[in-house]
Amino acid sequence: MAPRIGVVTFPGSLDDQDALRAVRLCGGEPVSLWHASDELRDVAAVILPGGFSYGDYLRCGAISRFAPIMSEVISAANRGMPVLGICNGFQVLCESHLLPGALMRNEGMRFVCRTQQLRVESNDTVWTCDFAPGELIDIAIKHGEGNFRADPDTLTRLEAEGQVVFRYIGNPNGSLNDIAGITNERGNVVGLMPHPEHNVDPLVADSLDGRMFFQSVLTFLQATQVAG
Amino acid sequence: MALVVVDVMPKPEILDPQGKAITGSLTRLGHQGLSVRQGKRFEIEVTGDITKERLDEIGRIADTLLANTVIETYAVRTEG
Repeated sequence: MAPRIGVVTFPGSLDDQDALRAVRLCGGEPVSLWHASDELRDVAAVILPGGFSYGDYLRCGAISRFAPIMSEVISAANRGMPVLGICNGFQVLCESHLLPGALMRNEGMRFVCRTQQLRVESNDTVWTCDFAPGELIDIAIKHGEGNFRADPDTLTRLEAEGQVVFRYIGNPNGSLNDIAGITNERGNVVGLMPHPEHNVDPLVADSLDGRMFFQSVLTFLQATQVAG
Repeated sequence: MALVVVDVMPKPEILDPQGKAITGSLTRLGHQGLSVRQGKRFEIEVTGDITKERLDEIGRIADTLLANTVIETYAVRTEG
């Protein structure tokens, strides 16, 4: 049976349908999750999608972090459930302290919308295990607040522990150390600004590199099912 | 109605792209020697008296919701 992968819809989420579709195209069973519910519906993994939840009021992701579903997502993530935060989802993960650091307004104040080359710095996460380390991939970016910031100690730790998962080739937003995505110590929670769910279908994208994210988590979940 | 104000500012060591853009604009308008940092001001109307407990409560609110202490500092004060 295909693993059930949940996608949370917050008020103002935009890419939840794309994420659900990407899960289906890559062989998972997509499951819609609702921000106001505390029911994870027996999913094996959760995706927090892109968009402008709560209109980015207060700070990006700051209000979503207190949605009822997030209490469940935070406990599940702390138990080891795979969680992927894409763009606004990455901001929610930082606000939830599931990932360190914060995302600020892009340097130069410009909203960037283009295909971006990334280097996969770590395949030691449940969302990147099917990539080769150092692999160069092309993924869509579209954000105004993707400028990754962390204090020097946190940054040193992220680099030393291999928790930087993706780096921009050509920094679009001023992120420290060209960081596009990071993971937690355990490698089950990954957040990134680029949008893998937009690079899964040849109809709308030249690059299909986004498929590997969803295939990776399916590989991981199927391996743990066999092992379990 | 009693008023409590919470000021939230980007930490000094954190780049403030909005403040930087405003500073650039001031320079173009001919104002020299002015450097701007942009923050937020929250005005909280409190029903009843402002007690130490109330201020502590608002301090916790500032710490968990109004400010992201990774990148921002906050100050709580009463006004009026």
